[in-house]
Amino acid sequence: MNWSFFHKLGSPKWFHDISGRWLPWFAVAGVLLLSVGSVWGLFFAPEDYQQGNSFRIIYIHVPAAFVAQSCYMMLAVAGIVSLVWRMKLADVALKCAAPIGAWMTFVALLTGAIWGKPTWGTYWVWDARLTSMLILLFLYFGIIALGQAISNRETSAKATAVLAIVGVVNIPIIKYSVDWWNTLHQPATFKITEKPAMPVEMWLPLLLMVLGFYALFTVSLLMRMRLEVLRREHKTRWVREVLEKSS
Amino acid sequence: MNNLADMLAMDGHGVYVWSSYAITLVVLALNVVQPWLARRRLVNEEARRRRREVK
Repeated sequence: MNWSFFHKLGSPKWFHDISGRWLPWFAVAGVLLLSVGSVWGLFFAPEDYQQGNSFRIIYIHVPAAFVAQSCYMMLAVAGIVSLVWRMKLADVALKCAAPIGAWMTFVALLTGAIWGKPTWGTYWVWDARLTSMLILLFLYFGIIALGQAISNRETSAKATAVLAIVGVVNIPIIKYSVDWWNTLHQPATFKITEKPAMPVEMWLPLLLMVLGFYALFTVSLLMRMRLEVLRREHKTRWVREVLEKSS
Repeated sequence: MNNLADMLAMDGHGVYVWSSYAITLVVLALNVVQPWLARRRLVNEEARRRRREVK
């Protein structure tokens, strides 16, 4: 296997160049997917026979929860790469993805609470799914706080990487919480092995929204990482040149 | 659904649906605008620093 891409990833300049070329495409894709998906989901998808129109919250709740969890798994992978290969870009990715993951968890929790009122009659219950998602939010807060509390860059990279890796145990708990424990929360909408439990005109806009959320997550992540790379390398000549060209 | 008001009201669920979408839109926008502004700040600071050096 050709590992040269992996070594290139260690080069901040290479990352800055290539991500700058990808960014506009992800941005366009994200805006298109989210616009089409939300108009479709809000106005054209049929009502749910039990939940009526309140089910339309699914089109943001599920994508936000997807991104919140995959973002955390990405943190754990970045943590391993950062620990094992001491790759600085992995630490940059970890630090920059954590706030976005926290925001997505926040959106999933809040839209879930708002959705809960008309369907369950309550904003919040202390059941396994909701509680494990709240723990995910606190894990994100912990990683952000830990990263900011340690000023030595190498120690900070190590500490946040370890916390990210240890915390990943929460992800399968979130996923299987609706099967293991009694809950008000409905089971998974998408399963890899089965057809979705909803008709195509309901899940197709959801698929667009999920892809749109991932695209916008990528946009935000790349923007934050590019900024962090510029900050960390601000004394080098290539950063000076990049900043000069942008002004 | 005949008119716009009915469509927005969503049989009484409108307030839940629209508030969810509004909050999400704000959060998504924030996550893109904030790093964009920070980058512009960095570029401006660097430009100011360069001008000082020239003098």
